[in-house]
Amino acid sequence: MNFFEVFDLPRKVGIDAAELQRRFHALSRRHHPDFYQSAPAEEQARVLESSARVNAAYRVLRDPIARVEYLIQLEEGRDTKEGDETRSMVTPKAPPELLEEMFEIEETLQDARTGSLDDTVRAALAAQCERLAARRVTEDARITGELSAAWDAAAAGDQAKVLADFKAALATRAYLRTVIDDLGEALEGADHLTAKGRQT
Amino acid sequence: MSRIIGIDLGTTNSLVAYVDEKTGLPRVIPDEDGKALLPSIVSYTPDGVVVGDAARRQLVRRPATTVYSVKRFMGRGYDDVKDELKYFPFTVVPTEHVVSIRVGERTVTPPEVSALVLKALKERAERHFGESVEKAVVTVPAYFNDSQRQATRDAGRIAGLDVVRIVNEPTAASLAYGLDRLKEGVVAVYDLGGGTFDISILRVKDGIFEVLATNGDTHLGGDDFDRVILLWLMEDIQACHHAELQRDGVDLAHDHEVMQELRLAAEAAKVRLSSADRTALTLPFAGFTYHKAIARADLERLIEPLVTKTLGPCRMALADAGLRPSQVDEIVLVGGSTRVPLVRRRVQELFGKTPHSQINPDEVVALGAAVQAHILAGGITSMLLLDVTPLSLGIETLGGIVSVLISRNSTMPTSAREMFTTSADGQTVVDMHVVQGERELAKDCRSLARFELRGIDAMPAGMPKIDVTFLVDANGILQVQATELRTGKTASIEVKPTYGLSDAEVERMVEDSFTYAEADVETRMLIEARNEADTVVTHVERALRQGAHLVDEAERTRIAAARAELTRVRETQDRDAIREATTALNRATEHLAELMMDTALKGALGTARAVEIMESE
Repeated sequence: MNFFEVFDLPRKVGIDAAELQRRFHALSRRHHPDFYQSAPAEEQARVLESSARVNAAYRVLRDPIARVEYLIQLEEGRDTKEGDETRSMVTPKAPPELLEEMFEIEETLQDARTGSLDDTVRAALAAQCERLAARRVTEDARITGELSAAWDAAAAGDQAKVLADFKAALATRAYLRTVIDDLGEALEGADHLTAKGRQT
Repeated sequence: MSRIIGIDLGTTNSLVAYVDEKTGLPRVIPDEDGKALLPSIVSYTPDGVVVGDAARRQLVRRPATTVYSVKRFMGRGYDDVKDELKYFPFTVVPTEHVVSIRVGERTVTPPEVSALVLKALKERAERHFGESVEKAVVTVPAYFNDSQRQATRDAGRIAGLDVVRIVNEPTAASLAYGLDRLKEGVVAVYDLGGGTFDISILRVKDGIFEVLATNGDTHLGGDDFDRVILLWLMEDIQACHHAELQRDGVDLAHDHEVMQELRLAAEAAKVRLSSADRTALTLPFAGFTYHKAIARADLERLIEPLVTKTLGPCRMALADAGLRPSQVDEIVLVGGSTRVPLVRRRVQELFGKTPHSQINPDEVVALGAAVQAHILAGGITSMLLLDVTPLSLGIETLGGIVSVLISRNSTMPTSAREMFTTSADGQTVVDMHVVQGERELAKDCRSLARFELRGIDAMPAGMPKIDVTFLVDANGILQVQATELRTGKTASIEVKPTYGLSDAEVERMVEDSFTYAEADVETRMLIEARNEADTVVTHVERALRQGAHLVDEAERTRIAAARAELTRVRETQDRDAIREATTALNRATEHLAELMMDTALKGALGTARAVEIMESE
């Protein structure tokens, strides 16, 4: 039983949050171990399992991005995670239109790691960081908005195309996240260095 | 379904509660003197073991064998606690997978100490109901990890209690409030107890209490407040009475009796400063008496960094729940330390709302545990608590990196599956290292256990497919199952917990618990009478050293005679005689005590502060 089936929902990514919560509560009332304390051991074990499945399904489906990631997994027939190489299903990839900018950031980051980071560069990096964060928000909105709508409307034959778009968008998102994290770290590290410098 | 009681096993105090069938409301069960709180203290005396208030009165007399705040040691290893051991007068030693406390000839583990507290509460409930009680819901801090939860369950087993559910304290509190006081919406429970801090954010809707996020610090509470006050007082005593200390050869930091008295005085002053703006404490030493006036501002300056430390977890919990502080509809305060005005102010500032505290913060967790017990017993079907795992659970992969299987704040029960294989030809055993925590590297996380999958058929490397299911049950405790998919065989798993007791050890402790049970009532009263006698003798000795010159020869002789008589009867089994002799000695020294109080007041301080000193006695 996949997570959509747990909630008796079609394999679509547009899910009404309030409706999902209502179904989650109803299923919890039916499956929670609290209500089976005096049941036979086998029934308790069964309830524990079904309740764990309901919770896992809710955790994934209530998050629009996790929902899309799960959908891709399901469509590609990877029901369970197998080994390390398939754990992260998307490889972070820089969006083509940002490539040049990314090279610059990478270079500055290299410099930052060796400790030379003046105020102008810092300010530039901070601005970059904010721009990229905004870009990530846009990417998230595209995944949960435009692309999700496209998936839910697509005929069986057109789904492969949307799936590929989903994966590309997730790869961009993963890439942005890594760079934003790195930038954040570099900026914090620099703060640390300046603070130290002032003390001595 | 048989009766299930609810127990709050606290760092400082513990309580037991149940739901009254007639009213449907939870009630705390008091002891024979009408007291609800049982101090979580166990004293191992030569005459037997005492628990609760009787043990509390042994704190100063027998610092080395009177164990308090043992919750801080539950499910922990020596490395976790070694830094704070210097603040405890009893000796904690490393033993395999756990720590032990040396109490005279023997050593005991934290679950064994907690078991005595649980047993006292079990017996209290049995007296109340007039029948045996075997099942309990026991609460733990939400931020307790797997080992700490296991240790709590072990304590129950040793006490002869089947712990049918471990419930998180803040969520238990929300259940107690939820019966009639909570509106539907988002609730934040801020729980600052004696030794631990938790914050839980819940959404309450149609009787479902869904925890959205939880965070905390299992080593932050009122004990830490007391500790900073204690250290401040010690510095002050060193500074003001340096000469006397040197003259009398008193080494403050190593005098456990004095430290314990000072700690209790610090705690009492802290409590008074929750309602008063200023207070004073008086502590008689062998060669001088220490007086100190403390203002609430002093206290607040000392504890400010500790209170601020609770705000970080609050912000993280809010972030995990995806909420801004203003989106929280109600804030509930739990735990004795939330009586501190500075704590209330900081919480109010963070959330921008006045927090609730209509239910006694000392009792609310036990009341909630009783509600959960009633749900489990089938007495309530309209309410359901959906709690979350506080910490992420993962396995160590190549290079010591953690691969997260179950992320923090996942609703329990929850499970995750992972496929394992072999890396060498003919390999028949696979190791897994399970850790708990939010850090990237396994070495920075909390090691839970090592699992060994055995009995894998010899195959070329990478061929076996072992499907491992990690299941966190509704108690927040991990269970692991494994199947080899090619053969369909259930792989056998050997669990080597990093911290905690083995089943065999718990069994042995269950046996031991009969040998080392709490002393019977007669013995307890004898121990108490002797303790009272010892306390009075100590005070009289001190008084004579400082003030013998204030009374005449005849009076001194009368005191000496009374004292000699008490020393003689103390060694008999006759507790009434001990009581009488104690009273006699007290009476013989009343006049001396009065004279000394006058002198102290006239000497050290102005008469204006006399009232404060009297109050602080």
